[in-house]
Amino acid sequence: MKTLELDVPGWAGHRAGQHVDVRLTAEDGYQAQRSYSIASAPSDGLALTVERLDDGEVSPYLVDEAREGDQLEVRGPIGGYFVWDGTETEPVLLVAGGSGVVPVMAMARHRARIGSTTPMRLIYSSRSWDDVIYRDELETLGIEVFQTLTREQPPGWSGYSRRIDRELLAETAWPASQSPRVYVCGSTRFVDAAADGLLELGYDAGWIRTERFGATG
Amino acid sequence: MTGIAELKLDGNAIGGLMLELFGVELTATPCVCAGCGAREEMARLDVYTGAGIVVRCCHCEAVMIRIVQGRGRTWLDLSGAASLELG
Repeated sequence: MKTLELDVPGWAGHRAGQHVDVRLTAEDGYQAQRSYSIASAPSDGLALTVERLDDGEVSPYLVDEAREGDQLEVRGPIGGYFVWDGTETEPVLLVAGGSGVVPVMAMARHRARIGSTTPMRLIYSSRSWDDVIYRDELETLGIEVFQTLTREQPPGWSGYSRRIDRELLAETAWPASQSPRVYVCGSTRFVDAAADGLLELGYDAGWIRTERFGATG
Repeated sequence: MTGIAELKLDGNAIGGLMLELFGVELTATPCVCAGCGAREEMARLDVYTGAGIVVRCCHCEAVMIRIVQGRGRTWLDLSGAASLELG
């Protein structure tokens, strides 16, 4: 896992939740392209947090080899659906699995940056304590954070220890009566489980915005 | 083995390609399925990527859009989409 700060000439800014496409071109002309969520608040320039996937074509380069001063081909910002601008008035529920936390972190950072008082909660599922991204910063954002560690928990762990399900959501999500605005990001399996659980709790499908991450990097 | 359901992405994944093809952001664009008439933002549609890209209705699973790129060209089949409502 690594966060890269990019300086893009002419960059017009982004919205919290958007992503960019990064394209690499090998010396023989072979091209590989992947999408990466923007981790930074709109006021803080363009930063990507990239998870290294061992069999990936792009992420091993970005995590292991990219150095300060290297040039990348970037397309974006992309997305007008999975975005939160901070002007919305509904309570916000962020539900993230693994590296799906990256785009919703941009929203939480944006909320802190603009001094928003909109209630925001994050339900975040990781495999283990070591896999938790932004571990220290999560406690400083002024939002409620509920974590679950699905494979391995450290001694004395007081959070949840299972995959996100209806019961876990019932204990942590805003009541449906508050008509919250929801952002769910993670693998397809994670997103479907979270969205289904929220619908069972009486959430309206129109409140829920989802973004599925692929298994290629 | 990875099941087909786990290869499913959504319309967010083709936002960059659509931006390149159409010159505008399309993930929030309402799209109407020619099969069942459902109207959903592109980000909510099911997307499968392989040799090409297949976009399916998230309600009836009918193919709405197919995109194939190769030899410097793009083939775009919108016959399963009754409309795209550009803002």
